Amino acid sequence: MRDAESGFRLNEASLVKQAFAEQLKLLSLSFPALLLVGFIVLAPIAWLSWLSFVDADGFTLANYERLLNPSYGLTLSTTFQLAFLVTAICVLLGYPLAYIAAQLSAGAARIMLLCVLFPFWTSLLVRTYAWLVLLQKRGQINTWLQDWGFTDAPLRLVYNFTGTAIGMVHIMLPFMILPLYAAMKSIDENYMRAAANLGASPTQAFWQIHVPLSLPGLGAGVMVVFVLSLGFYVTPDLLGGGRVMMWSMQIERSLSVYSDWGAASALGVVLLVITLAMLWLFSRLTGVVGAAAGGK
Amino acid sequence: MTSGPLRSDGVGSAAALPITVSNIRKNYGNYRALDDVSLDIHSGEFLTLLGPSGSGKTTLLMVLSGFVRPDSGSVRFADREVVLLPPHKRDIGMVFQNYALFPHMTVAGNLAYPLKLRRVDRAKIAERVEKALDLVQLGGLGARRVDELSGGQRQRVALARAVIFEPRILLMDEPLSALDKNLREQMQLEVRRLHDRLGMTTVYVTHDQREALTMSDRIAVLDKGRIQQIDPPQALYDNPKTHFVADFIGESFSLPVTICDGGATLFGHPLHLPHKITGSAPHFLVLRPEKLTLLPEHPTDAAAGINEIKGQVRQSVFHGDSVMIYVAVRDGHEIALRVPHRGKVTLPQPGDHVSLGYGVEDTIVVPATMPVEGGMR
Amino acid sequence: MLRRPATSTQITHLQRLWLYILCGIVLLYLIVPTLLVIPMSFSGSRFLSFPPETWSLRWYKAYFSSAEWRAATWVSLQAAVCTTIVATITGTLAAYGLHCSRLRITKLLSVLLVLPMIIPVILIAVGVFMLFAPMQLNSSLTGIVLSHSVLAIPLVLITVTAGLRNFDLNQEQVARSLGASRPKAFLTVTLPQIKNSVLSAALLSFVVSLDEVVVALLIAGGDVATIPRRMFLALRDEIDPTIASISTILILLSILLLGLSQFLDRKRSK
Repeated sequence: MRDAESGFRLNEASLVKQAFAEQLKLLSLSFPALLLVGFIVLAPIAWLSWLSFVDADGFTLANYERLLNPSYGLTLSTTFQLAFLVTAICVLLGYPLAYIAAQLSAGAARIMLLCVLFPFWTSLLVRTYAWLVLLQKRGQINTWLQDWGFTDAPLRLVYNFTGTAIGMVHIMLPFMILPLYAAMKSIDENYMRAAANLGASPTQAFWQIHVPLSLPGLGAGVMVVFVLSLGFYVTPDLLGGGRVMMWSMQIERSLSVYSDWGAASALGVVLLVITLAMLWLFSRLTGVVGAAAGGK
Repeated sequence: MTSGPLRSDGVGSAAALPITVSNIRKNYGNYRALDDVSLDIHSGEFLTLLGPSGSGKTTLLMVLSGFVRPDSGSVRFADREVVLLPPHKRDIGMVFQNYALFPHMTVAGNLAYPLKLRRVDRAKIAERVEKALDLVQLGGLGARRVDELSGGQRQRVALARAVIFEPRILLMDEPLSALDKNLREQMQLEVRRLHDRLGMTTVYVTHDQREALTMSDRIAVLDKGRIQQIDPPQALYDNPKTHFVADFIGESFSLPVTICDGGATLFGHPLHLPHKITGSAPHFLVLRPEKLTLLPEHPTDAAAGINEIKGQVRQSVFHGDSVMIYVAVRDGHEIALRVPHRGKVTLPQPGDHVSLGYGVEDTIVVPATMPVEGGMR
Repeated sequence: MLRRPATSTQITHLQRLWLYILCGIVLLYLIVPTLLVIPMSFSGSRFLSFPPETWSLRWYKAYFSSAEWRAATWVSLQAAVCTTIVATITGTLAAYGLHCSRLRITKLLSVLLVLPMIIPVILIAVGVFMLFAPMQLNSSLTGIVLSHSVLAIPLVLITVTAGLRNFDLNQEQVARSLGASRPKAFLTVTLPQIKNSVLSAALLSFVVSLDEVVVALLIAGGDVATIPRRMFLALRDEIDPTIASISTILILLSILLLGLSQFLDRKRSK
């Protein structure tokens, strides 16, 4: 009896050990990348967070108390307003485009996607520059608007909220369209057929079947666009012309203009917390919906 | 699974509708998916559209359900022309190949969906969903999510969803193809029982000839976008009208025959035929393994009612309930005969020369291609 | 044509014509503004318009004759190439290790590696600036390459992992049963089959580095100013038309890279 029992356990310990060593060896391949990310991104940000809570006398909340100043409140509200607006417009423009692209033949969809990918691969600055030139007072858009008689005097299209939104939607739209397209492409056409067969009009089938089934893609798109918009820096700075103050710009100003590390670190921590909170919120929301709609 | 009698106070008491399909054509570019198809489906009938992939059977079903608009032709439910009617106004139940159960709704949600669209009031919906679930023996599973169900259970939900709003026509597109063999055979019987119980006109698409033979009142065999033959299963099996039908339904071996003056000769020997053959197009003799018999070595009476063919045994394969004996005949052709396995019978061994006989009524001679009828139907 | 059904629910193309028009407008919005820069860059006047009133190569000459812009171009190319090498190698190794290892911790490590894509860049830039200051790495090519590599690693990880998902790891087992060591099996069996994913990842890293503004703004001062940094500063002050010619060159480059990545995608899906 005992011999058989020990026979079952023959070499067990050393086999387990060897298997673990093998897995560890594989894992170690990720160490160079982890080292880079940990050292260059995570450690400084952790250090920055720590800095925000201390000054010469030790622990303090002074850096955060300063954020209660109404001017920061204004920045925060501008940041959220812009992020909401940009996300909403991206949904309104991106959903129909992804919907049509998902139904087109492979060739036509390919061309459409190329048009979506082209801005994706083009330098952010180049695109921002293009809008700057087009939207300025004597720019092309104003010229056309006046030539075609839509307006008499040139409109203020840039160096304000409107221009920033126009430029940011242009930057963010591909981030919305690509996950939406992927989600819609995976919806079996038979679902829509089944809905029609059961008596749903095309409109009903769209809202009751297609939209719920595309929610995972919509959720992913909204999450990416919203979170990226919250921390956006380049386009609002150039197209806003100083009139649109985003949270990220506030961080840069407090460093470059006031050399105030305390304020910058506190602002940074707030942005990080907001970003992570948004991510958590979205993944909770879409995670639940995604699980319900994902299984086939 | 199907214990107890099905209650008859459940779903579906509405009368069935006959379907008349006339001269339907549908081309995809140069490809003829449906080539002048006409078909009468009787009220309350279980009709199967049978054919290989690409034969047009699914396209025809899609025309009936309204998802494919034909190039020309007419579809009538009873006396009502529906060919221009969009699918959501046709009021016909359909079971899709992969069920197409909505993954974002529960089982009960799926069943309630067509009722909600028809503005049935809530209490009534709950009641009918319960009944429908009982009907397919899924009582109590209404709150389940679709992805928690097994393949067979999904199949039943799809069936229940297709009949819950009491459609008078039910379409099924290879509904059992995703199930394994045992479950498939069990579901064949259940689907047929459901049809008998609810009494709606049912059009069933499959490429599985055994399934078609098991379930149908009549079978329409399609090939290359045309209906080759419509008959009850037994007639289709015993009297195929074309070589395609003979080949597609059941097991068979074909030998080319020569036609002259309404008679036929096989390898030079005249055949006894049940009826005269018209035309002179190439024909085939179709032999089914179970209809052949082993003749004694020295035939005592080569009776007039029997045709005979000689050959050499090549191989015999044991199938459990029977033995298949493959026999080489002239010109490199091969046929087979099936002998029931009763034990203690000495069977010919490979290399033996044998004579096989088959009755005149089992002598099926069919044209190689579908006969072109005078003028289009 | 317009009266033909567009969907199996029998909506005709005519009924959803508005949808096509909307899509057309959105597509124009996506590509036209950028492309308009190309003809405008050939304008002869200081004020750019479309179509240009006079044509000239004036702004291209301004670009090529400026020592500052030439230096920036050189720095940007060096940084992009080095970043591509660092990020592709470390990212691919990580993707492979995390994909193959069955330890639970891999999920957490993957999330850590993707963080640079999620954390707002301005925050990364401030952190990097603070880290590099005592190490004398600010205003150095090394500093730029390191920080750009970190930004590119998430993209490499995601792209290569996607490639590995389509690859049957049993093939590596087969190679090892035939006598190849694990590294040898990776190099001779796995890598050739995920080659296109790795190349796509390399392209992405190149673009990330070439386009990066925010980090460069904080740390790439003096001699190692990159093109995006110079462009950003020039745009903030006044709109220098030289930027139109640089933009045109960058647009053509991105079209080339996009074409290349599409080519790789196509090969990968075969």
